[in-house]
Amino acid sequence: MAELTYRAAVARGIAQEMERDPSVVLIGEDVAAAGGVFKTTSGLLEQFGPVRVRDTPISEEAIVGGIMGAAMNGLRPIGELMFSDFLATCWDIVVNQIAKTRYMTNGQVSLPLVIRTANGGGTRFGGQHSQSAENWAMAIPGLKVVAPSTPRDVVGLLAASVRDPDPVIFFEHKNLFATKEDVPDGEIVDRLGEAAFRTMGDDVTIVALAAMVPVAIEAAGLLAAQGVSAEVIDLRSLVPLDTAAFLGSVAKTGRLVTVEENPRLCGWGAEIASIAAEECIWDLDGPIVRVTTPHIPLPAAAELEDLAIPDAQQVVRAVLAMA
Amino acid sequence: MAEPATVDIDPSTRLALYRSMVRARYFEQRAYDLFMEGIVKGTTHLGLGQEAVAAGFAEAMNPTDMTFCTYRGHNHTLLRGAPMTPLMGELAGRDVGICGGKGGSMHLTDVSKGAMGSYAIVGAHLPIAAGAAWAAQVRQSGQVSVCFFGDGATNIGAFHEAVNFAAVWKLPVVFVCENNLYMEYTPISAVIPVPHPAADRAASYGLESIIIDGNDADVVYDMATRTIERARSGGGPALVEALTYRHKGHSRADPGKYRPDEEVAAWMARDPIVLYRERLTAAGFDPTLLDEIEQAGLAEIDATTMEIRNAPPPPPETMMTQLWADGGSQWRN
Repeated sequence: MAELTYRAAVARGIAQEMERDPSVVLIGEDVAAAGGVFKTTSGLLEQFGPVRVRDTPISEEAIVGGIMGAAMNGLRPIGELMFSDFLATCWDIVVNQIAKTRYMTNGQVSLPLVIRTANGGGTRFGGQHSQSAENWAMAIPGLKVVAPSTPRDVVGLLAASVRDPDPVIFFEHKNLFATKEDVPDGEIVDRLGEAAFRTMGDDVTIVALAAMVPVAIEAAGLLAAQGVSAEVIDLRSLVPLDTAAFLGSVAKTGRLVTVEENPRLCGWGAEIASIAAEECIWDLDGPIVRVTTPHIPLPAAAELEDLAIPDAQQVVRAVLAMA
Repeated sequence: MAEPATVDIDPSTRLALYRSMVRARYFEQRAYDLFMEGIVKGTTHLGLGQEAVAAGFAEAMNPTDMTFCTYRGHNHTLLRGAPMTPLMGELAGRDVGICGGKGGSMHLTDVSKGAMGSYAIVGAHLPIAAGAAWAAQVRQSGQVSVCFFGDGATNIGAFHEAVNFAAVWKLPVVFVCENNLYMEYTPISAVIPVPHPAADRAASYGLESIIIDGNDADVVYDMATRTIERARSGGGPALVEALTYRHKGHSRADPGKYRPDEEVAAWMARDPIVLYRERLTAAGFDPTLLDEIEQAGLAEIDATTMEIRNAPPPPPETMMTQLWADGGSQWRN
């Protein structure tokens, strides 16, 4: 057991898989010599050498197209996009090529690849380096979508993503890089599509993802002080989606709140709400409430960005307003 | 323009080139006829007139080499060895289709033959072909990627990203621009500031400027052999511009009326199959042998047509298969 930051957990997770499987390789802008602009790939070049850890030009289509071609020809590549906002520059290859090729070839092509990317706000970077892009990926058939909230889960879910035979977009949250926890020694491998219960409770189910998980946990603490018992569910992956976790929880609590960092329209919380409305509406004691960032690009100024991204107080207010 | 073939091409290879072009020609003509009959649906982008490029490169490739082509990819997929009935079945949306009817004309693929896919977003497959070549480099597998694209693709960002990436990593990939003079309806000359869309950009990536007569099967085969073997031996990528011409419009919706009559006539007079037959005959090949190749090609496409006419559509349950590697399409529990 050793204390590990979320940032260092990324390198540990990649190293764990590269040691196990020689077909795992890593490419991206500044991932090798510089160890990543967020220092998430520090030491990997030294450990695994320049054939398996390689810097690319600033060419996102070459990076994601390159890992697609490599996955078609016997490698299990990991490609890094420095910021998830840059998915927009190579979205054709992600959506039209990577996501669809297995289906369009009726299973002739397998694409065991991972696109890792730094996602989310809270870092005062402004609108082109702060987006939460997980909803974009969730909307496309053929992509798996993973977003860990803790250092331990970074290792376990990254391992699961690398071993998965299908393409995975792995969203690392920039505002969580400095967080730390004790992580067990040895190999950690999780399964995609299994949510985690971060707190147990009887009065309300709060569903969250990535950086909104600690927000929801903080809110649960504040609610407990007011006599409200909240069950916080960390989805961990949007595709596959652990619907059983929140449907079962709502059957017990009768109330459902989703906490999303993404802008309001078509956020993943809307899908959760839709599933709950279709499948467990008679378990609900009141309306489903979504807490989201407003439908705006994220502003750069600290006061404005903090106002935009949901915080614990906002979640507490949403829950108390339901009663 | 490169000189005529500089190496001796053995007679069996030349017959194979002729056979390939004939088979591709029959396939495309029949695809057109079956479209007009309502059996082939959607759209088709025929490679009629461009057979020499596909034949020359396919003949020069090893079985484990990889072809990446565009929505104008029937010729390339067929000539890597994909069986004809599953290809035509895919155009017609039949169960026997090589992609089970899920791909269609623009996505013909036969991975078992190294035909790694037909890509329908202009330029998107160049980085993918480079990536497959990168895997060959890492795995030291000795494979080469060959990536075909049209003149219009040279104005897409992915072209430049991929060629730069391949050049700087010295990847074993040969990029082949089939310059048929029109991107879709607009002449390529109207949208580029240089005479040659691929060859004039090669210097930007430290590559040799290569222009060949894409209607001369010997010339194509010769250049294909040289560039593929150089890539295989670690010499890095090549960018080949093959001048050619499509006999029909861009796609089924396009009669090609924007092309001057005299231009069309001049290129029709340079039909790669007619030219090659004349050359082989002049070189002493027995005309009856060439006739037999044509008769066999016609018999093959007739048999394929018969099978397609009687083939059932894909069963409904296949709609939900093969999104994921487990064979299914589940996204939740």
